[in-house]
Amino acid sequence: MAIKFEVNGEPVEVEVEPRMSLADCLRHKLRLTGTHVGCEHGVCGACTVLVDGAAVRSCLMLAVQADGAKVITVEGLSRDEGLTPLQASFRKHHALQCGFCTPGMITTAHALLSEEPDCDADRVREVLSGNLCRCTGYISIVEAVLDARAAYQRGGGKGA
Amino acid sequence: MRTVNSFVGQPIERLEDLRLVRGRGQFVDDLARKDVLYAAVLRSSVAHGRIRSIDVSRAEKMPGVHAVITAADLGEKIPVVPMRLQPLPDFEPFAQPVMARDKVRYVGEALAMALADSPALAEDAVGAIDVDIEPLPAVANWQSALNKHALLFDDKPSNVSMLFRAVLGDAAAAFNDAPYMRRERFSTQRHTALPMEPRGVLAEWDAARGRLTVSGAAKVLFANRRILAKQMGIAEDAIDMVEYDVGGGFGARGEFYPEDFLIPFAARHCGRPVKWTEDRREHLMTINHAREAACEVEIACRRDGTILGLRGHAFVDMGAYMRTNGAVGARNIAQFMSGPYRIPNIDLDVSLLLTNKTPVGTYRGPGRFETDFFRERLFDMVARDLGIDQVEFRRRNLVREAEMPYTVATIAPYESKDELDSGDYQVTLDRCLAEFGWADKAKLKGRCIDGRYQGVAVVCFIEGGAAGPKESARLVLESDGTVTVYMGSSGVGQGLETAFAQIAADAMEMPMERINRVLHGSTAYVSDGYGAYHSRSIVMGGSALLDAAKKLRELMRAEAARRLNCGADQVVLADERAKAPDGKSVSWAELASEPLAAEGAFHNHKHTWSYGAHAAHVAVDAKTGHVALVDYVAVENCGRMINPLTLKGQLVGAAVQGLGGAFMEHLVYDDNGQLLTGSLADYLVPTASDFPNIRGFMMESHPSPINPLGAKGAGEGGIISVGGVIANAVADALSSFGVEPRDLPLTPGAVWQLLQNARKAAE
Repeated sequence: MAIKFEVNGEPVEVEVEPRMSLADCLRHKLRLTGTHVGCEHGVCGACTVLVDGAAVRSCLMLAVQADGAKVITVEGLSRDEGLTPLQASFRKHHALQCGFCTPGMITTAHALLSEEPDCDADRVREVLSGNLCRCTGYISIVEAVLDARAAYQRGGGKGA
Repeated sequence: MRTVNSFVGQPIERLEDLRLVRGRGQFVDDLARKDVLYAAVLRSSVAHGRIRSIDVSRAEKMPGVHAVITAADLGEKIPVVPMRLQPLPDFEPFAQPVMARDKVRYVGEALAMALADSPALAEDAVGAIDVDIEPLPAVANWQSALNKHALLFDDKPSNVSMLFRAVLGDAAAAFNDAPYMRRERFSTQRHTALPMEPRGVLAEWDAARGRLTVSGAAKVLFANRRILAKQMGIAEDAIDMVEYDVGGGFGARGEFYPEDFLIPFAARHCGRPVKWTEDRREHLMTINHAREAACEVEIACRRDGTILGLRGHAFVDMGAYMRTNGAVGARNIAQFMSGPYRIPNIDLDVSLLLTNKTPVGTYRGPGRFETDFFRERLFDMVARDLGIDQVEFRRRNLVREAEMPYTVATIAPYESKDELDSGDYQVTLDRCLAEFGWADKAKLKGRCIDGRYQGVAVVCFIEGGAAGPKESARLVLESDGTVTVYMGSSGVGQGLETAFAQIAADAMEMPMERINRVLHGSTAYVSDGYGAYHSRSIVMGGSALLDAAKKLRELMRAEAARRLNCGADQVVLADERAKAPDGKSVSWAELASEPLAAEGAFHNHKHTWSYGAHAAHVAVDAKTGHVALVDYVAVENCGRMINPLTLKGQLVGAAVQGLGGAFMEHLVYDDNGQLLTGSLADYLVPTASDFPNIRGFMMESHPSPINPLGAKGAGEGGIISVGGVIANAVADALSSFGVEPRDLPLTPGAVWQLLQNARKAAE
């Protein structure tokens, strides 16, 4: 099937099998490999992308369901060589080790902070509890997200 | 003025992060190749059985399917996965064939592999393979392994692959006239490392040149290359193993698995690149499991709490085969049950038992998590019996600084000796108690506040690191005056690039940003390498790096002497220039008009021993059995810190991983050997909302005397203590009920059952 949608601000047109997941389409058809696939059953959250602004598990969504949607992946958060305030905060707080869960953590946290820039630690933990990390123990991730709130409160948290 | 750096010891932000936070990391499944075939593996759904037939004729005819491979295609003799560590002849009969031919021995064992134009088509083909297996009685746990209820290997008289024995002093004599003894039985449950990135392999065979490239290698590239070369019947140097970003290792990822042969074999068989990425269900039934052990242990003490001896027998469930490092955990259970304590007389046996379950391997703190749970649980029971404070009991028995190096039990039959290298174990215990606020929190012991029972506990640990025999490093001074670092170590997501750049910049006396790149994870970079296990990379790789830097600076002095007309020993290397006594100088970039390179190595046959203490405060809801973790403090001294930021990351991350093992993670099998927890909806791991109160503190003193950095391995200390300290805190909270946890995990259901049992016993 031919589908058309927007990825990171660019229109794309792609031919997919009806059974292909959005994650596989992004990774293998569009070569946006920053979106990671960790469990393929919607538990680990590594594949989280933004679809029309909402954080979505791209392993549980079919690519054909994205027809006409606006999709943002981790690559779309920082379009130049700089880091966004959220990405810089992850680095500063050592909120990643192997980095495999990181794209999903960052897209999820970006969606949260865009909606609720004043959220507290409990809310951050609640929202991030849908994303598994096996390296950090989450403490530094929560610190990084809380520290990045200021940038979103000022407006947008967009990249440097 | 000469600049002397001290990047080592600074919390430097990681170089790796710049690509990883932007989604620009490169993991093996991210790789694409023209004409690639995708592999899918058919796995046994029967735990124990005889293969009657495997019919691939339907699958082979499906559109897009290129080939279907079974054991029949692998030749007369099916290659086996050999032991990498403790390669004792006794283990050889229990090695895993890369594909089952006559018999299957666990759910998940490979039966056939389909190769197709897409992963989905390959999976479709796997679904069309017809398999007929005659089921045999399954050996579903170690107890039935001992009963000889069924034999996994028909030509072997039992399911015991080995008996290790740890001996120190004379335990029999110590027990003969001991004033106090206590005997207990404990167990820990089967769980696994669960790195977030699934395993994957991409193999490319260049028929014209007879060369193989394997992408997706990790942990022990050179060892895996040796294994693969032998299995494929080609020279080692005809294979390049290439590591990309690795999404977590924790001991499990990067060991040699059957697929590490099957995918390269398929690439040669088909003459096309072949790629395979496991799914999470496959992962849970194929990657090394760990931690399933039970122990009957007896302790002898004086009435003042001085430990006289420890004896007993441990039983470790090895799963169906002896894999590469499968014996390490069992060995460690026996050899390191004494931990950081002075136990002069030890006699511990450990039986390695085969069952119809996924084979085991190392998982962060292998054997140590288990044995520390056994020991620390026992200690709290003993302290209570003897009326001695639990802190004081430990203090009395910790090995003292003056006793270093301290010899621990020796393992038979292969005579593995070991000794603790350095440290003052009292200091980390004191620091832990102080940070925890023990004096105040101890007042809460056993109290019920808002319907929840409060408990506290503290335990001590040691963490072995720096496995030998060798590591290699190569430094190249490039023609632009930057330095490139090539390492034989492997990254598994722990931040090696940054740590090695810090060490290299200090050793070369140059700015860190002039370290051009740190490259590791390819067999092409250095002549040999040993990889990432046993918390060895910083000590072994870092020390090799110091050696390479020394040699490179000698080369640079010699080259400068030639150009500046002076003696090499007169040349001063500073501020990225080589200076002669007469004031003339030449820049490093000019020196390297032809790049200068030096290879260094570090040899070592001893271990480093980081050490510390953990304390926990729990609140138990007696109605539901739910345990809330109110506070957790982990303190570790690793001799010398390289990067406190990443070190703390290791400590805290490992502690939370350990809390998973203490509270929730459990690979459950039924009596037929079926894995009941084959998804992340069933196999629970900690999430962001489970354990918000973890505090980690790092210390450095007593640098290791066995390496020039003074560093000690420190990736595992955060996990070793967790089972013990949590179970002790729960016991403390529920002491008024007489609850004594003896088994992990402490799920709400398990704690509730302990309370029910205690109430019934009291009636």
